[in-house]
Amino acid sequence: MITYALMFAIGCYAVALLFNLYRVVQSPGVTDRVLALDTMAVNAIALLVLFGIWEGTAIFFEASILYAMTGFVATVAYAKFLLRGDIIE
Amino acid sequence: MELFWEILVSALLVIGGFFGLVGSYGLVKLPDPMTRLHAPTKAATLGVGGVLIASMVYFAVFKGHLSLHELMITIFIFLTAPISAHFLSKANIFHDWPADKLPRPEGDGQWAVHEVESDTSAEELLEAEENS
Repeated sequence: MITYALMFAIGCYAVALLFNLYRVVQSPGVTDRVLALDTMAVNAIALLVLFGIWEGTAIFFEASILYAMTGFVATVAYAKFLLRGDIIE
Repeated sequence: MELFWEILVSALLVIGGFFGLVGSYGLVKLPDPMTRLHAPTKAATLGVGGVLIASMVYFAVFKGHLSLHELMITIFIFLTAPISAHFLSKANIFHDWPADKLPRPEGDGQWAVHEVESDTSAEELLEAEENS
């Protein structure tokens, strides 16, 4: 049963990443693009964790922690750049 | 007892996948940037939280070692998602909403996004543009 639920969740997140990619490529404003990139990082974390369950190893948690941190810092840096025209003043 | 844990993990996985999909679909579907900000920062965060808790239960029950890494990632994402949403909404106000289209804040003064800094003032920027 877990296998099927896992397949369903991986499929959901794959489609979700495609939606995000569409929003990155075709977007009305620049903040939407940054938001889509942020969501992409979050969905990639979920996909990494699901793959970790699939393989039964705990190696992928370090990768997902790194993804979470760099994704957050990247989003804040983008938003700061949009807001002030500079990241570290 | 095994069956109960299997049902729990499966339910958490399905809920997590569903909410992640809804969050990303809202990013495409919703009409304007400020409403689009809601979908990923709330629904997708809940979805990822569900998946991470499912992973934690799975490794604790079926693999026999309890790891708190997932809890750490969950807390980190739940802490950082509102911060990035706040930053993005401020950037959005700065770009798309001039001060006269916004409702007035309480008291006198402007919204903090539109307040001009004093050290590099607007006149200096204008001068720099004229000189270039």
